[in-house]
Amino acid sequence: MRHVLTANGLILGAAALALVLAAPLMRAVAADEEAEVTISLKDHKFDPAEIKVPASKAIKLTVNNLDATPEEFESHPLGVEKVIAGKGTATIRLKPLAKGTYKFVGEYHEETAKGTIVAE
Amino acid sequence: MLAALIIVFREVLEAGLFIGVVLAASRGVPGRDRAVTLGVLAGLAGSVVVALFAAEISEAFSGRGQEIFNASVLLLAVVMLTWHVVWMASHAREMTARLKELGHAVAAGSQSVVVLGVAVASAVMREGSEVVLFLTGIMMQGGSNAAALALGSAGGLALGAAVSAVVYTGLMVVPLRRVFAVTGALVTLLAAGLAAEAVRQLSNAGLIDVLDGTLWDSSWLLSEDSWPGRVLHVLIGYIDRPTAVEVLAYVATIATIYLLSARVRPRPAAAKPHAAAPSARPAGLPDRDAA
Repeated sequence: MRHVLTANGLILGAAALALVLAAPLMRAVAADEEAEVTISLKDHKFDPAEIKVPASKAIKLTVNNLDATPEEFESHPLGVEKVIAGKGTATIRLKPLAKGTYKFVGEYHEETAKGTIVAE
Repeated sequence: MLAALIIVFREVLEAGLFIGVVLAASRGVPGRDRAVTLGVLAGLAGSVVVALFAAEISEAFSGRGQEIFNASVLLLAVVMLTWHVVWMASHAREMTARLKELGHAVAAGSQSVVVLGVAVASAVMREGSEVVLFLTGIMMQGGSNAAALALGSAGGLALGAAVSAVVYTGLMVVPLRRVFAVTGALVTLLAAGLAAEAVRQLSNAGLIDVLDGTLWDSSWLLSEDSWPGRVLHVLIGYIDRPTAVEVLAYVATIATIYLLSARVRPRPAAAKPHAAAPSARPAGLPDRDAA
């Protein structure tokens, strides 16, 4: 007996996949547990370029792009890649960090748009 | 110019690797070229739209819009690739036969082709929107070096397309009998990597907050910032600092595709000739190999 893949198969597969992926209980982090930090980007430079944050606490980092050009906030150590529109704002949520220094860059202007987050 | 070339190449590389693997995985599927071409065009159109609405997307869902949007596009691609691998598992026999006798028509192909087009469109849109944003920035800055930057971007685009061709050609050397097993495995890993990336996006948006501790750190061995790291990230979803939930999504995707494929794969003894094949020599006959 030859099995033919049907629309049911697709729905079954998609549902199984969705279940597996959604299983880790989607919960939003309560806002009051977050430390809030705001920085800006002007002339392709972050201001301030060094951010001090408390360790072991969730952080809500707001980046205001004052330039007209778009930028991509990127940090492999933090596992973040986020597009910020020209004259736009991006909200970056960071998990509680271990003590240490984490670098980030603006991918489109890596020579000037550099910064570090210091968790202490 | 070099900076522009590298940035554009990085983005195009990702879509290029993706397309190379997908093309190789669908050898002999009728209408494949048209579907992939349409997918690329739709993806390009989509990336312009996404770039135009970058600010709106980003601000949706209390600043979580971009992550939710990316995760949705990634999960759509995962479902499409899953569908493709499973479909190929049930048709690999006919496909292999068709590749051996050129011109031999296989009737059932339209479903998988649409799926491929959508998967390609999603990959092109994701990477393309970043290129569009970057180029928009260049054009806004204007100035004397704009031409050099544009030239660099064109070079990056050409390099990315070349990589796609190299991957495809490289996979062409896989013997016909093995080609769908090999490409099926490649597409499965590709899908698993996308699923892990989708989970990362949801995690970054704060929508998943369990099992999100870093499981290991292999950045000292192979950094995701390095070129080999980047290529492996695209091809098999390599992450140098994965969280438990990302690994879980990765493994779960592989398991799902494997189980679904095993369920539909015709057993050699039970395989029947393809009903719609007009040829006197049915496609489902056992391989008469070494041709």
